[in-house]
This record gives sequence, structure tokens and C-alpha cells, in this order.
Amino acid sequence: MNKIVSLLCGIIFGIGLVISEMINPEKVLGFLNIFKEWDPSLAFVMIGGLIVSTPIFHLFKNKNKPLFSSNFSIPTNKQIDKKLIIGSVFFGSGWGLIGLCPGPAITSIALLNMSSAIFVTSMFIGFYLASKVN
Amino acid sequence: MNIVNFTPVSALTGGLLIGLSVALFFTLNGRMIGISGIASNFLVSKNNRIDNFLFLVGLILGPLIYNLISGKEINISISSSLILLIIGGSLVGFGTRLSSGCTSGHGISGISRFSLRSIIATITFMLVGILTVLITGIL
Repeated sequence: MNKIVSLLCGIIFGIGLVISEMINPEKVLGFLNIFKEWDPSLAFVMIGGLIVSTPIFHLFKNKNKPLFSSNFSIPTNKQIDKKLIIGSVFFGSGWGLIGLCPGPAITSIALLNMSSAIFVTSMFIGFYLASKVN
Repeated sequence: MNIVNFTPVSALTGGLLIGLSVALFFTLNGRMIGISGIASNFLVSKNNRIDNFLFLVGLILGPLIYNLISGKEINISISSSLILLIIGGSLVGFGTRLSSGCTSGHGISGISRFSLRSIIATITFMLVGILTVLITGIL
């Protein structure tokens, strides 16, 4: 059952990225362009996500177990360290350079866009290199 | 500063779906969604590999199903050069794993847990993203 949930959650997430237009790098770059021509739309994507996920998380986090799995797995790392900051700086600069972050990049593979395929391949190389460093 | 291309309703609707996906994955499968984590774990770890794979397949099916239901074409435009795509993709891949999260993992899942770590990460990558767009706009 949890396999079906994984697929279904991916589909819902992907459709959310399409409807919100977060899949379009131009829209993302417009959101980050606050000093000139600013498109504030993507702030509403975050608000929409948080108003659903926040109450659900806090309602369920102390329950014994999720419906289709033996336990909840919640990140426990609380350290504010160099890796967190340097990693976020790298991510922010790549995001601002192209306008794609991991979710929209992978989702855009469906559109058979050559540029996004090159981006996704490079991103996976980045994942691999980071796994060797960590 | 001018406000342009503002589409709050579609942005909010898409955001609610993303929140629904995060909420279902947590209450049913017990995990918090972070796309960079799911994608890189699929690549380097045997744990939950089938779940991670199916989630990624779902992401790619999303636009196709949307297109089938709505009949609307999805158009994106990426004007970056090959070398910038490679640099940008590598920075995003490496950076999100070094900091253990991206827009979804820190920005949605982490902030909904009120994680200070995720709040700091989100502020950092947003500010650096804004700065990058400012600098590339000048160059």
C-alpha cells in the first residue's frame, strides 16, 4: 500500500508544481527578481503548502505509527553548522542562476526539454559527489 | 520595484496540492518529503529505494496527467547556455545534499516542523537566489 501512496504523492506533488507554475524557470527567476520586475506568486506556493502540511504534521507527529508503515521517521539533526550554510549558499546560487530546484527539475523531464535534462543530469552528479563528501 | 505577472490563485492552488502531498506522505508512509533527499537516496542508498523511485515516477507523471485532464499545454522556457546549465545543476545537486534539503525539504517540510535549521537554510538560499538574479541581471 505504501508503494501506491509514494506514486500518488509524487503525482499530486508534480501536478502542484505545474499548476503553481513553479515548473517554469522564468516564473522562479521573476520571484527572485525583487529589485526590478517582481512576481510575488511563488510566495503563495509556500503559503499554500505550509497551511496544509503544518497542522497535519503537528496533529500526527505524536501518534504511534503512520497508517502504512511501522514508524514515523522525522529528521533529528538540529545543528546549524557550516555544511548547512555553505550548502544553502551553493543551492541558492544554482537556483538563482537557472530558476530550477530539484522538484521542478525532475518534474520537467516529462516535457522532454533538452535544457532541463542537462540540468537534471548535472544535479544527479552533484548528489553523487556530495554523498562522497558527507 | 514593479509587481509583474502576479498569479496568486494558481500559485496558492498548486501550493495546497504540494502541502496535501507532504501531509499524505507523512500520515500514511511516515516520511517528510524532501525531493533532493528522495532523488539522491534513490541514487546512492538501498533504503526505501522502490518508494523513492515510485515517487519520482509520480512527479514525472504529474504534468502528463495534468495535460490529459485539463487539455492545457505546459510551456516552460529555459534560456540558459549549456555551461550555465551544468554549473547550475551541479550547484543545486551538491548544495542541497550538503545542507540536507531543498525548497521542499527545508522550505515546506522543515518549516512545517518549526525546525530552526530549515528556517535558516530557507532564508539563506532565498537571499542568495535573490542576490544571484541581481548580479546576473547586471552582468
